[in-house]
Amino acid sequence: MKHRKGRNGFIAVCVLPAVILFIIFMIVPTINVFKMSLYKWGGFSNNKTFVGLNNFKILFEDPKFYRSFQNSVLLIVMVTIITMVFSLVFAAILSREKIKGQNFFRIIFYIPNILSVVVISAIFSAIYDPSQGLLNSILSIFRGAKADPILWLGNQKLVIYSLVIAMVWQAIGYYMVMYMASMSSVPESLYESANLEGAGRIHQFFNITLPLIWTNIRTTLTFFIISTINLSFLFVKAMTGGKPDGASEVFLSYMYGQAYTNSSYGYGMAIGVIVFLFSFGLAGLVNLATKREPLEF
Amino acid sequence: MKKNGKDTLYKVFIYIVLLLLAISIAVPVGWVFLASVKENAEFYGNPWTLPKGIYFQNFIDAFQGAKMGEYMLNSVIVTVLALLLLLVIALPAAYVLARYRFKGSKLCNIMFMGGLFINVNYIVVPIFLMFVDGDKFLNRVFGSGFLLNNLFVLALVYASTALPFTIYLLSGFFVSIPKDYEEAAFVDGAGYFKTMFSIMMPMARPSIITVILFNFLSFWNEYIIAMTMLTGESKTLPVGLMQLMQAQQAAANYGRLYAGLVIVMLPTLILYICVQKKLTEGMSLGGLKG
Repeated sequence: MKHRKGRNGFIAVCVLPAVILFIIFMIVPTINVFKMSLYKWGGFSNNKTFVGLNNFKILFEDPKFYRSFQNSVLLIVMVTIITMVFSLVFAAILSREKIKGQNFFRIIFYIPNILSVVVISAIFSAIYDPSQGLLNSILSIFRGAKADPILWLGNQKLVIYSLVIAMVWQAIGYYMVMYMASMSSVPESLYESANLEGAGRIHQFFNITLPLIWTNIRTTLTFFIISTINLSFLFVKAMTGGKPDGASEVFLSYMYGQAYTNSSYGYGMAIGVIVFLFSFGLAGLVNLATKREPLEF
Repeated sequence: MKKNGKDTLYKVFIYIVLLLLAISIAVPVGWVFLASVKENAEFYGNPWTLPKGIYFQNFIDAFQGAKMGEYMLNSVIVTVLALLLLLVIALPAAYVLARYRFKGSKLCNIMFMGGLFINVNYIVVPIFLMFVDGDKFLNRVFGSGFLLNNLFVLALVYASTALPFTIYLLSGFFVSIPKDYEEAAFVDGAGYFKTMFSIMMPMARPSIITVILFNFLSFWNEYIIAMTMLTGESKTLPVGLMQLMQAQQAAANYGRLYAGLVIVMLPTLILYICVQKKLTEGMSLGGLKG
């Protein structure tokens, strides 16, 4: 096609606003995260002092950081495994079997995904409430009415697992619908011939369904890890605030607490840098570990 | 015949598991609706009792006492503004980036793709500090700063941070249109702008609707940026709800909290019921969210 006059002007008018906003609100702040991590900078006063990698040195000796690190890893591992397994199995059932009310189930399962994390946190706070909570009142049927209430969010050991349940509840429908979409593209004839040869459902799931949607599973897994790091922050911020006594603190909530609430910007950003590198490292690692020859169908 | 028996058993098992999951999702959500019309005294004791009557005072309390009405207006303003800004900025950019080769087009595409991996949670504090500095500067020059606590600026931040995902989704559509459409338009004498507005945009309608749906949900539900940028009295709904949650822990005022919850989630639920097909379809086409 011949270039006509006004082409460059047209391109500039269309692209420049997006590029400028993107640079101001995404590129520059990202660079600032890395830059600020090298400074000691606290409060609203403007005395920044360059301290090199000192923030990172403090960070690696900070027991609170290690605690948030542990919690984050625990959340990532548990939420990822539980959500992936359940959503894959449910997707396989809903797309393979002739289930009555398939649409109904799909609509219900997707609901958590459209709710704000604040709403989900409030709902789960009501469920976990020690004295008037839904969960304890069901359990009291088995444990007897006089049993001590379980402090789902107040117990240092339990709180992480309570978060895991809420996060799985939130994520399961989204990934299920996604896997259903990719499973529906697997040709029916493969299952028919497998049926003729007498292969059972479980056999079919592992030898036909999983290998054929493997590429999709890999991509979602990578994204899932990154999004779990972010979502765990949203949940902790709205539901527990890191309580009790920092037992539910995760990476980004610790960063936000240091940088925003505590106004030690430099130190907070150093945490941000570490989390950034960690999440990409982990995603890359998972990507490598799950590499398979793609199958064609 | 034996196989059939096993089959039925398997089917029954599947139905039970599916129903259990559906119940675990529907019951808590439905419970909030029931709880929102309970009187405060009804919250002591068994949480499973049905409300004695419809106590509508909770909603009036939430709207007026907890200022949820004002916050709702803020949320509507921010969400609508952000959606408008996003469409006006992202649509032309996505169209040009997908269909024109020019100096730097490759760099732009890579840049926006990279943007998919930048999460706002990392950069929210630097953005906040940028505004603090900006306000200080404006204060010196004009005597007052306007970057923090400004709904329009908040909407601009929302729109900007949604650009990578939106451009990625729209470009994916624009790339798939055959070149013939534009060539025909040029032969007919239509200029660049006319081609874009009257030929390409109408064709992109389904993708645009998907973009609006996803971004509506994320803007309406967002609270980290809103919490950070709106430091004063005016807040958005989710931030107001968080405040209610904290207030409830201090002075057990349950009815108001659950009324607030209903106010926040009702718009998204209504929208979802209207467009649920579109949303779940668009998702498989749109890929992933961070």
